[in-house]
Amino acid sequence: MSFDYLVRLADDRLVLGHRTSEWCGHGPILEEDIALANIALDLLGEATLFYKLAADAEGKGRNEDALAYLRDAIDFRNVLMVELPKGDFGFTIVRQLFFSVYSSLQMEALQRSTNADVAGVAAKALKESRYHVRHAAQWVVTLGDGTDESHARAQRAVDELWRYTGEMFLTDEVDEAAVAAGLGVDPSTLERAWRDQIDDVLARATLTTPSVTYMQRGGRQGRHTEHLGHLLSEMQILARSHPGASW
Amino acid sequence: MSDERAAGAANGDSQWPLWEVFAQPPKGAPHEHVGSVHAATAEQALENARDVYTRRGEAVSLWVVPSQAITASTPDDMGPFFDPGNDKPYRHPQFYKVPRGVKVF
Repeated sequence: MSFDYLVRLADDRLVLGHRTSEWCGHGPILEEDIALANIALDLLGEATLFYKLAADAEGKGRNEDALAYLRDAIDFRNVLMVELPKGDFGFTIVRQLFFSVYSSLQMEALQRSTNADVAGVAAKALKESRYHVRHAAQWVVTLGDGTDESHARAQRAVDELWRYTGEMFLTDEVDEAAVAAGLGVDPSTLERAWRDQIDDVLARATLTTPSVTYMQRGGRQGRHTEHLGHLLSEMQILARSHPGASW
Repeated sequence: MSDERAAGAANGDSQWPLWEVFAQPPKGAPHEHVGSVHAATAEQALENARDVYTRRGEAVSLWVVPSQAITASTPDDMGPFFDPGNDKPYRHPQFYKVPRGVKVF
């Protein structure tokens, strides 16, 4: 059961890290290109650590590479939001804000996990995600409170992404078991603080918080959008074509 | 290149303002100039400096300064500014005797 919980943490970060890495060489300016690559690497590093813990919990001899590269889309447990195509820069930055605020709250709580390894990884990831929040929030305010074009694009991104945010806070038996074991945090307890922080940034960015309440779901159960399969085929092809290859 | 960016380049408007970056090394030495970044705002300049110049633990503190705010000497100034110091060796401290009792110098 703790495998299921930990693999969700890892999958969110691997998939978003890969999406963010797609900006490498395509950033709007050199400095932002480097910033996004840094963030992508932070997420990949966090994913690696959570995969290791998940593999240990599973105890079937799989390692972090097997979990990242040798599973199919139906086995992935990330929320749908992180697998959506990278879109324009506004879309990427708004998604980064939505996820980073969630991640920072989650890691803050996971620092108190009774599992010392999980608490240690969370402490490292918390520092990284707080910087990701700062970076994304600064950009969302810059774009939202910028030109007509940047405002319109940022608002469109907020509107498109909003229906994917609810899934981050759904709680099921995997979360309940992790909470009962002292290992994890109940996602639903993070929603209030998340919403407060997001409302604050969107207000400073002169953007409107959508009023829609219908939320997409399914990623935590392995029901994904078509986009994840394409992402995985690109990400996994090397490892699958050359099993066990090393530098 | 997208149309907006092409238009920006034609206006000479494709670059954000330049900022000079000063980083303080971990051992407490003074801030040193390490390079420059482009950014639209001071906060963004600070973040860009962090991402470009401190990826390997090089710094414990960062300053960013608008490049325009720096008044610099020019290569033409080199003669009048710096040459007069070259023939005045008495400005160096080696002409002074180290007092007795100072062991480490």
